[in-house]
Amino acid sequence: MWKWLHSYADPERAYNLSGKLLPWFAMLATALVGIGSVWGLVFAPVDYQMGDSYRIIFIHVPAASMSMAAYMAMATSAFIGLVWQIKSADWAAAAIAPIGAVITLIALITGATWGKPMWGTWWVWDARLTAELVLLFLYLGIISLYASFEDKVLAARAAGILAIVGVINIPIIKYSVEWWSSLHQPSTIRITEKSAMPTEMLYPLLINILGFGMMIGAITLIRFRAEILARNGMRPWVRELAKAEGVK
Amino acid sequence: MKKGISFRQAFFTLLKRDLQIAIRHKGDIFNPLLFFILVVTLFPLGIGPEPQVLSRVAPGVIWVAALLASMLSLERLFKADFVDGSLEQMLLSPQPLPLMVLAKVLAHWILTGVPLILVAPLLAVLLHLDDNSYGALMATLALGTPVLSLLGAIGVALTVGLHKGGVLLSLLILPLYIPVLIFATSAIDASSLNLPYSGHLAIIGAMLVGSLILAPFAIGASLRVSTN
Amino acid sequence: MQFDSLADFFNMGGYAFYVWLAYGVTFLSIGMLVTHSLRQKRKVLVGISQKIQREERLKENRSTK
Repeated sequence: MWKWLHSYADPERAYNLSGKLLPWFAMLATALVGIGSVWGLVFAPVDYQMGDSYRIIFIHVPAASMSMAAYMAMATSAFIGLVWQIKSADWAAAAIAPIGAVITLIALITGATWGKPMWGTWWVWDARLTAELVLLFLYLGIISLYASFEDKVLAARAAGILAIVGVINIPIIKYSVEWWSSLHQPSTIRITEKSAMPTEMLYPLLINILGFGMMIGAITLIRFRAEILARNGMRPWVRELAKAEGVK
Repeated sequence: MKKGISFRQAFFTLLKRDLQIAIRHKGDIFNPLLFFILVVTLFPLGIGPEPQVLSRVAPGVIWVAALLASMLSLERLFKADFVDGSLEQMLLSPQPLPLMVLAKVLAHWILTGVPLILVAPLLAVLLHLDDNSYGALMATLALGTPVLSLLGAIGVALTVGLHKGGVLLSLLILPLYIPVLIFATSAIDASSLNLPYSGHLAIIGAMLVGSLILAPFAIGASLRVSTN
Repeated sequence: MQFDSLADFFNMGGYAFYVWLAYGVTFLSIGMLVTHSLRQKRKVLVGISQKIQREERLKENRSTK
């Protein structure tokens, strides 16, 4: 039933397909992030409690939610690569990891710049912040494990195992951190209650979440294409491409 | 013709072999222990000698030192076998790899985890740990250090083929240690307030069972990658 | 439009530093990631074409010998 999918595991077809998809993803990402950010920055109403500082939400929440989604995407492709030995899936996982790390870092930094005016401090050991920090460490571990193997086939397998171990651990870590922070900070500060958000604030937020997803997709495609080329340097079609585009 | 040995025989042969090797190289047992003691004694020097402060931070200090000591000693878990080729023999043997791996991890825990548990009360005295907390400290260490060994072994198995595994190893496994640290230290905190801590212990026990079942397979798969 | 003037907009109700820091860091780091990713492909192709040239030189030397 899924046999038709297998033809896309062929590096050349995957390269061409991702090349065709890339402009659409890039266009949608630019448009959505542009609309969402401008709407959020200029047109969304002021929050009566937090003033204009709440406008950070329009990048903070998308980054935070996408950081987790990117991890799941990476682990899923790593799993596919490990179980069915599909190399394209390994390359996709390798392409996503650095993007996920940057998105997680963005979520942390925007969280800090929001925390400073609201809570009076750049950092609190809040459950979500801590979980996000741990997620960043997991990403960095996977990236550096992948980088430290010379043989990239082995590197992808090793990083894949680590990513899957991480998936099992993320819920446990998240739960334990949440429990821990509720224990240590009985009167912890709650980030905005989602349900109370008016639609004029919700729409730009949703647009930006979608836009961030598209953006991650677009950057993944760019890196995926480069990864395919790097891993298939001996294939004739890549050499043709290199002769055509490479400089002297 | 000799018939293939049973799983149980294989398990105990490997366990005995690892223990014997370690007893011949006593440094492997004592160095992590010494490291554990030294790290714990550094804290009063850094924080100050006030007993109230020390007893407040004691659970965390002891547990963080235990994490580091366990990680440090784990680095050698597969190294010697990898270098002299016996690891590859183990991979080729007809016995299931997760079982063999479990024997090695158990040997490692007996050699480093158990001494650490035995020394911990002494260090707790140095740090003025609350009198009610000794039972909780021992119980959490007894349940928690095997989890550390099992989770850490995954990271070790992934990095055993690399030359610069040390720093990478800490990046790989310390995040995975966080839940154990959280529940263990809060169990000790709860016991110092005379609160029940059986719930915390149950969660650490659940982690132990879970990692006992899942980790050997992950370690086996990682070893197959590393020895390729 | 929530702001009366451009200056008002940049002031962000007194939270200018934090809001613009957050947005600046975000778009700067995404921009860096994108340029790095785009350059990666170029780098790979250049590396491969250099390798091809090296192989061709080797082949020529061998045949002239």
